[in-house]
Amino acid sequence: MDTQTSRADVMERLTQSGQHGVLRFLTCGSVDDGKSTLIGRLLYDSKLLFEDQINVLERDSRKHGTAGDEIDFALLLDGLEAEREQGITIDVAYRFFATEKRKFVVADTPGHEQYTRNMATGASTADAAVMMIDARKGVLVQTLRHTYIARMMGIRHIVLAVNKMDLVEHGRTRFHEIVAEYMKNAEELGFETITPIPMSARYGDNVTRHSESMSWYKGPTLLEHLEELDITTDIESEPFRMPVQWVNRPNLNFRGYSGTVVSGKVKPGDAIVVSQSGLAANVERIVTADGDLEIAQAGDAVTLVLNHEIDISRGDVLAAAEERPEVSDQFAAELLWMAEDDLLPGRSYLLKIGTATTPATISALKHKVDINTYEKKPSRKLEMNGIGMCNVSTARPIAFDPYHTIRDMGAFILIDRFTNQTVGAGMISFGLRRASNIHHHAMDVTKADRAQLKAQKPAILWFTGLSGAGKSTVANIVERKLASAGHHTYSLDGDNVRHGLNRDLGFTDEDRVENIRRIGEVGKLFVDAGLLVTCSFISPFRSERRMVRELVDEGEFIEVFVDTPLEVCMERDPKGLYKKAQAGEIKNFTGFDSPYEAPESPEIRVDTTSISAEEAADQVIAKLRELGRLG
Amino acid sequence: MADIQESVRNYAERFKSAKLRERPLSAHLKALEAESIHIMREVAAEFANPVMLYSIGKDSAVMLHLALKAFYPSRPPFPLQHVDTTFKFRDMITYRDALAEALGLEMRVEINQEAVDRGVNPWDSGSQLHTQLLKTEALRAAMNRHGYDAAFGGARRDEEKSRAKERIFSFRDTNHGWDPKNQRPELWRNYNTKIRKGESIRVFPLSNWTELDIWQYILEDDIPIVPLYYAAHRPVVERDGQVIMVDDERLPLQDGEKPDLRMVRFRTLGCYPLTGAVESSAQTLEEIVLEMLTARTSERSGRLIDHDEAGSMEKKKREGYF
Repeated sequence: MDTQTSRADVMERLTQSGQHGVLRFLTCGSVDDGKSTLIGRLLYDSKLLFEDQINVLERDSRKHGTAGDEIDFALLLDGLEAEREQGITIDVAYRFFATEKRKFVVADTPGHEQYTRNMATGASTADAAVMMIDARKGVLVQTLRHTYIARMMGIRHIVLAVNKMDLVEHGRTRFHEIVAEYMKNAEELGFETITPIPMSARYGDNVTRHSESMSWYKGPTLLEHLEELDITTDIESEPFRMPVQWVNRPNLNFRGYSGTVVSGKVKPGDAIVVSQSGLAANVERIVTADGDLEIAQAGDAVTLVLNHEIDISRGDVLAAAEERPEVSDQFAAELLWMAEDDLLPGRSYLLKIGTATTPATISALKHKVDINTYEKKPSRKLEMNGIGMCNVSTARPIAFDPYHTIRDMGAFILIDRFTNQTVGAGMISFGLRRASNIHHHAMDVTKADRAQLKAQKPAILWFTGLSGAGKSTVANIVERKLASAGHHTYSLDGDNVRHGLNRDLGFTDEDRVENIRRIGEVGKLFVDAGLLVTCSFISPFRSERRMVRELVDEGEFIEVFVDTPLEVCMERDPKGLYKKAQAGEIKNFTGFDSPYEAPESPEIRVDTTSISAEEAADQVIAKLRELGRLG
Repeated sequence: MADIQESVRNYAERFKSAKLRERPLSAHLKALEAESIHIMREVAAEFANPVMLYSIGKDSAVMLHLALKAFYPSRPPFPLQHVDTTFKFRDMITYRDALAEALGLEMRVEINQEAVDRGVNPWDSGSQLHTQLLKTEALRAAMNRHGYDAAFGGARRDEEKSRAKERIFSFRDTNHGWDPKNQRPELWRNYNTKIRKGESIRVFPLSNWTELDIWQYILEDDIPIVPLYYAAHRPVVERDGQVIMVDDERLPLQDGEKPDLRMVRFRTLGCYPLTGAVESSAQTLEEIVLEMLTARTSERSGRLIDHDEAGSMEKKKREGYF
């Protein structure tokens, strides 16, 4: 070798090989369609196998091979012992090769149905999918399944590799038959390109060299096509987004926010906001170990320094102030279920999106997709490898964009809280609340400021109990006593709410839930204003009362169970309602023909059969003082 | 050894105040770099007690370099852990100590002293036992001693078949074992970092790098490496088709063996009796990269431990090897 080799010479050779960048693709399709063989052939024909690898391959082929005396390329990729023994692919294998034009990362994914989740894993990072079809068998259920998953995961380019053409006498008609059959199903899914290529991977025909046996085929070989495929996206022209991974604080003089830009561009001076809180600032510096940058764009791992200090932590998404992501705790998403235990709506999982992790439940499974026929069917659960459209509800609002607009902003995983397994992969379609586009505007006067002025700690005093239990009576005395002691209060009850805010609601189950939800939200606003709010509502269901409890901060919800037995209430019957219910004039009356779920651990329990309303009120106020709410 | 000290000191200076690059990094290396940095930041943010398993070789050099970049201007928020078999080349230890000192990083060294005292070595005990006791056991001891919940390793998917199947965040049970048939699905760059007490995750930030990428990056980003990677005249003997360097008197010569001075270099660095050298005249990084572009054998062909049996790497990994 020339000892005078210059860096420029070497660099020129190196850049030549990467001029079209990197293409990530996966091979998928049914068992025995020849996926691993195809990749082995690509590596072998591109002269990318090293001599010692070929030696080992020849040795293994004699031992486990299924290709007679010839080299069994599948053994090159099936890296696990169980795979070599069983002759099948279990897990995704990643392989790397390069031609003069492009570098390739190929994910070889399993064909067996029970490994569909591994195929999705490979698809999640791929630009293109090579869909293998055995020319003898044609389009199979698994072909359609993988095609659907490829589309769902956002793959835009399909190569339809009609393999084993040597076993159908290189027949042109057979090839066109298969292509037509595939197109019939795949066309509606909206891929950008679908490129059918007839091939014989075992002999390399139309893989790396044009086939003499199929001279009727005038298109590119697989490798030619993959080298030229245009995979540029417009992710850089989407709005700027950067989920914060890590707060960078080497010393008191530096505070930066480290993360990977997932869409758009950012420059010093740009106005950005913290999506979740609405706090705004301008970018001052884009710091990297290679010096400050003038601009950072999608894909860059950087550290941003802002022009003034605002509260930012891991999980926050920094976004362009002009074009913000949605912020919501409810959204619709397509979900792939990957665990052996079925997905159950209502169960709590951990949801990880970007750098944020929060508890979440599937609030509704809208439909399940039969990915053999692409039909939508109603279903109450999702089993392993099932795909469904569902509503997701998170414990805290998250910032997101639709998956198909900004992949990283709409992709989430679900983690089982007990086993820690990754059980679901989700792709957000849209937010479910109109409020999701209303962005929090950060106010200069905070809840704490308002509370301080009033010398008290705001809270919701939630009186629950049967009709006639004495909720309003006790609440009224409590408010009077608080007010005369100089506290700032407000009271919500059926009378002042049902006649105005909730005039449109009736007494069906859905309306009762909505009634309590609205009261909870109003109560929350009054707490924000710094008030002590008494709320007197039957509120028979634990789940609704818990919903209100979770709306406000820890300690701000104080549940007062006015525990009066049904017989006593019926005897009191102050409004004559029990009589009407007994006469059948009122339906769904709590305690009568509708259940009341008593609180399990209320902060305060008052027994109005043994003490007077006045004494009960004193008991409540004493507890408030004990809890430190009265300043 | 003066040049090791000096190159390492100059290197450390770069991370005191960042300077703009003269040439931009090649696009695909920039993408790989960003991916690795993203992975490292996830680990630093989500684990309580992470560590970087540092093995002194070129992949470790790149991995450490990426960590220095990922957290700049902070220093990497984790220590380095070297598992020392006591059969490393002398230059490797010199380089290791100089680098840790210049960068001000904590370098923890674990030695299975009991096995060393019992005289375990690669030529009498055989490579399998040697690896089991001095590497795998020592690593497990280090993991247990320090209670690490995440450990970075420099393995790449292009190295070996079972590595090609491994996740970037690879779960280990309380015995540090790997269950290849029950790996967590790993989608996008959304990594599941949840574990229970006593369990851990091995994290491979270089998963998607190839050997050529590593060399090209070392070239483009001027990363100092152990001089053994460069060709020089070195005393060697030939054993079982491998060219073994006689680093010092620790290698007992067999009957009739006489060290030969040959122009050789190493493509991979392990324990010196188990790592074969290659004939080469590549004395600069440029020449090494050119040699890489025309190489006809894989780098692990120089690693004797991989030849023990088919699936040997998978077996070692299940037992808790890197």
